[in-house]
Amino acid sequence: MASLARARTALPRTRKIAPFVRTLQTAADSTQLHQDASHSEPFSVKLHEDSFRGYKTDAPSLDLEVTKDGLLKMYKQMALMRRMEQAADSLYRQKLIRGFCHLTIGQEAISVGMEQALTRQDNIISSYRTHPFAVLRGGTVVSLLGELLGRQCGISKGKGGSMHVFTESFQGGHGIVGAQVPLGAGLAFAAKYQEKPVATYTMYGDGASNQGQVFEAFNMAKLWNLPCVFVCENNKYGMGTSAERSSSNTEYYTRGDKIPGIQANGMDILAVVKAVQHTKDWVVSGNGPILLEFVTYRYGGHSMSDPGTTYRTREEVQRMRSTQDPIRGLQRYLEEWGLASEEELKRFDKDAKAQVDQAVEEAKASPLPEDNELWTDIYNKGSEPSYIRGREREEGHHF
Amino acid sequence: MSRAAFTRIAPALAHARAGPAAALRRAALARSYATQSEQTVTVRDALNSALEEEMLRDDRVFVIGEEVARYNGAYKVTKGLMDKFGEKRVVDTPITEMGFAGLATGAAFAGLRPVCEFMTFNFAMQAIDQIVNSAAKTHYMSGGGVTCPIVFRGPNGAAAGVAAQHSQDYAAWYGSIPGLKVVSPWSAEDCKGLLKAAIRDPNPVVFLENEMMYGVSFPMSEEAMSDNFILPIGKCKVEREGSDVTIVAHSLMVTRSLDAADELAKEGIKAEVINLRSIRPLDIDTIKKSIQKTNRLVIVEGGFPAFGVGSEICAQVIESEAFDYLDAPVERVTGADVPTPYAINLEARAFPDGPVIAKVAKRALYRTN
Repeated sequence: MASLARARTALPRTRKIAPFVRTLQTAADSTQLHQDASHSEPFSVKLHEDSFRGYKTDAPSLDLEVTKDGLLKMYKQMALMRRMEQAADSLYRQKLIRGFCHLTIGQEAISVGMEQALTRQDNIISSYRTHPFAVLRGGTVVSLLGELLGRQCGISKGKGGSMHVFTESFQGGHGIVGAQVPLGAGLAFAAKYQEKPVATYTMYGDGASNQGQVFEAFNMAKLWNLPCVFVCENNKYGMGTSAERSSSNTEYYTRGDKIPGIQANGMDILAVVKAVQHTKDWVVSGNGPILLEFVTYRYGGHSMSDPGTTYRTREEVQRMRSTQDPIRGLQRYLEEWGLASEEELKRFDKDAKAQVDQAVEEAKASPLPEDNELWTDIYNKGSEPSYIRGREREEGHHF
Repeated sequence: MSRAAFTRIAPALAHARAGPAAALRRAALARSYATQSEQTVTVRDALNSALEEEMLRDDRVFVIGEEVARYNGAYKVTKGLMDKFGEKRVVDTPITEMGFAGLATGAAFAGLRPVCEFMTFNFAMQAIDQIVNSAAKTHYMSGGGVTCPIVFRGPNGAAAGVAAQHSQDYAAWYGSIPGLKVVSPWSAEDCKGLLKAAIRDPNPVVFLENEMMYGVSFPMSEEAMSDNFILPIGKCKVEREGSDVTIVAHSLMVTRSLDAADELAKEGIKAEVINLRSIRPLDIDTIKKSIQKTNRLVIVEGGFPAFGVGSEICAQVIESEAFDYLDAPVERVTGADVPTPYAINLEARAFPDGPVIAKVAKRALYRTN
């Protein structure tokens, strides 16, 4: 995927370049007002002409209707998610979080933009870089951080950890790379079976995209016309292997064979919202599955144990942070369109920090799970075996 | 690729694929468990009626797998279901084990009750990550938030003449996974009552059938014929009472153990034969009670010897008070520790039969003549 590295200024545009070879641009702040911004009414904006590309389908239109409230809400949510992930980073460094911990810093526009465009009846299922989804779709910052700390207040009672977080409308949180993709096709299968007009967003990364079962799921979804949006979050690296080194075709939105695809700028939250509105309409209108590739970037390493600098340059990371940050992009819209002052936005940032700081304290104050929790939730209540064995024969648990 | 070979390319192998016909022939040769007074039903028909009854009872139940609909099932277990319930509820998949096992698991997360058929459990190895990591563990990892009511079923264990890749018993594999229930039925009654229980169970259940048993007829009581006949998962059944030696077996090996018990009876030895029915949970209490009566234990299985079902039963027995009741070392009769050979004479030496079980039972009784 060359699009991100080349960025918006890289390609000289001449008339000779046909539209289909134009490169997606990933600026976070290239959307323009289409009419004056309103403080009370919805108003329309125009996305940059290179925000999307389509495969076997037209790209979404560039017009998007937004509201001041909606934009402010997304700003606050993105600020909160970044603060939360920074807190997780810090807790990990203090050795309070165990095991693996994968952060979404840099990719906030995707979770927040998706949440803005979807309802709680829609499904989202993803892999292990998913903290924001759990919070945005029914959890709380305390329950998320509590889970990372392995405490009673955790969203999975402290039994799942960072990679395994779930809510009613977010079906995880799965630790085996690629395995969630057939699971997501199954959620869509169930929606179709039950005739529910909902969309299922099945998410995976550029690394997981090469798993065989991803293509198995694509095939069945197209064969059975399942209302499933397969979302590739292309953050350029699967662990330390760049997309170019893992994938013979790095245009992930074209890898569905007969399934159409959309590539979207994953750094401009307004492009994310538009892409999600477009794909949701697509699947709930009975058009079958569609692929959606968000081109994005993770600022940190793959997980906390990866400094993230051995396979890419510090300059590359720094350039992305300083030029294409999704939060700064939305900040710029709000300021330039006269919807919020710098002071107001700073206050939101402070509020987010205060909320996360308090959540950290609450989560830390939550006790470890009761010893008895070892034995529960293996089987559904009332259907357990009469006895579950512990480490030796006298240590088990009788139901 | 065996699948292609079975149907299209290699006529020589066709008999292996023609499982039902072959099984029917074997059934004709096999002993009949029917008595004159009761209705008899084949294992295949018992499974079929369990599926039909549960699909009638609950419209969330659907069957998904390769060749389950239009072909009526590779072994005809799903025969007629598509005609009765339509292709919405009897879903033919591509040859995509990992994909459709995952898809079915996702559908279970979303509130459906899938019955996911593997043409054989040998092919389920392609999908074992979805069974173990996705289906079995998600309830726990979500702190009880996500449930996964799914049945993975299909023929398991050695069949006849299909060699190493198609002859393997996975009871021990799935039996070791917390979060799964694992059932290995033997008779028609077992199959009906346990499959219905598995479908109604709110947890993921691995249901291990046996191809060689599909065509075998068993008597079915009025009670077992009824729509509400359910057997509890986690309980074994004493198929034959005896006082001299306990023989514990599951699936096809129950037949072989009953053969052995007949032989032993001719020498005045009363063997108690326990049909395990459920691998996980394991009904160790019934086994221990039997040992307290017979003081001897022989475990029979079709799986490989190492780290097997027999190993686990043996370990649990000697860890328990039942150890004090043993008058002889616990004996295991298992599949040989070799990849299943094709040649008929070698294959015969690779799996337990009546004579070897009888021989071992006598050894447990210190009667080696």
